[in-house]
This record gives sequence, C-alpha cells and structure tokens, in this order.
Amino acid sequence: MNQHFLTALLAGLIFGLGLLVSGMANPAKVLAFLDIAGDWDPSLALVMAGAIAVGLVAFTLARRRKTSLLGEPMRLPTATQIDRPLVLGSLGFGIGWGLAGFCPGPALVALGAGEAKALVFVAAMLGGMGVFELTRR
Amino acid sequence: MVTVDWYAFTPWSALIGGALIGLAAALFILWSGRIAGISGILGGLLRPAEGDTLWRVAFLGGMIVTPLLWQMFDRLPAIRIEAGYPMIIAAGLIVGYSTRLGAGCTSGHGVCGISRLSPRSLLATVCFMATGFLTVYVVRHLAGG
Repeated sequence: MNQHFLTALLAGLIFGLGLLVSGMANPAKVLAFLDIAGDWDPSLALVMAGAIAVGLVAFTLARRRKTSLLGEPMRLPTATQIDRPLVLGSLGFGIGWGLAGFCPGPALVALGAGEAKALVFVAAMLGGMGVFELTRR
Repeated sequence: MVTVDWYAFTPWSALIGGALIGLAAALFILWSGRIAGISGILGGLLRPAEGDTLWRVAFLGGMIVTPLLWQMFDRLPAIRIEAGYPMIIAAGLIVGYSTRLGAGCTSGHGVCGISRLSPRSLLATVCFMATGFLTVYVVRHLAGG
C-alpha cells in the first residue's frame, strides 16, 4: 500500500460520494435532467457547476507544476486537435447516456449499491470498450 | 417552453455533490498528476501495462465501495433504473465503445476537461449533452416510450 494507491483510493471514494450526494448515481434523476420537454429537473447543471468551480482552481494550480505533490509527472492531456473520433465518440456517448441514464461513474456506484441492472450495464460497457480495443488500436 | 419541476429540483445537494466530485478530481490531479476520467481509467485496464493497473483498481474500487460505506451510516439515496435489460445492454455497449472513441465521458471531458478550459473537451461536452437531450426526447416524446 503506497501513497499512490491510497491517493487513488481516496479520490475514488470522494468521487463516489459526490455522485451519491448529488443524485447523479440515480438514472431517473439524470433522465429528468435530459428530458427538457418534460418536467425538467435542472439539478444536474448545478452538479457540473459545483464540480467545475472546484476543478478550475485545481487545474489552474496543476498547470503551473511540472510534477504532482507525490512527485509524479503531471499527466495533463496534450491532444488539441478537433477530429472525427472526438466528435463521433462524444455524439455516440450521449445517445447511450440518454437511453439508460447511466454514464460510467454512476454505473460503478450503482453497481456497488447492489443494483443488478448496473452490473449488466458495466459488463456491457466493458464489452463495448473491448470492441474498441480490438478494432481501433 | 421549458417547465421546471421545482419539486424535484435539489440545488444544494447538487452543488455540494458536484463540489465533492471536483474535490476528487483536484486531489487526483494535484497529488497523482492524473485526470479523474472514469471511462479512461476503466478502459485502461483493458491495455494492461507494467505498474499501470493497481492505481486504476484502487480508484474504481473506491467508487464501488462508497455505497457500502454509506450504508453503514444511513440508508442509500434512491437509485431508480427504468430501462429494461435489452436497453441497458445496448446503452452499455454504446457508452463503452463511444467513450473510448471520444477519449472521455462526463468526468474526463465534462468536469476535468472544462475545468482546464480545453476546447476539445468543451466540444465533446456540447456533443454528448446534445445527443443526450435528443435521445431522451425521441424515446419519451416521439416513440411514446
């Protein structure tokens, strides 16, 4: 158990806690946000706002550093190109998100909560990722 | 006209939960130097590399364990999954493939990417939000679902 392992574990725990507290782990609430033509629940916009408000500070600090506080290299993404995979993948992701109300993080939390459908979703998601690995690399 | 469901609107828990998500992303970038993007962390497990697996398992394990810890203190908040199994499987396959193709999901692009003011992530977020809204519109209001 080193510091890197513990940091990742703690980050995962806080991330999961945030998803539970915010209501994002509940697909019905996510779909109520995406259903702008129905009875609209704007909560998810505030989840994003709260996360980005904290994130803006963190990434401003991170950009000024060459190494992390544990001495790891700062692995900030370097890609800047707007390309087809980015656009097609993101458009596709939104379709899958809208069908079930699950994105990857909340699905893992719901899996931990013992939801059978979340387990099936995560298995299918890993299948989709596997197809990508086999065909796109 | 948009009708807001004020009864379902939970501004405080949304903001606090969102801030916790931001805090997790902050901790991870500042201490580990990594982006807290769930699809990337999960997908990377399928390309095993020396010394690159344990931290992924720790992060994802932390997320999965959170509800179990929560249950030791309080009842879990409601998790309602309306979609049937065929829809769940289709959605999972699409989300898995697409998030790897588009190099991120709600966390990597939507939270971390926008926080670092990345034009790529901003565009990605606009794209998945747009098709998310559109898909729910089609399923609920056009297909009569």
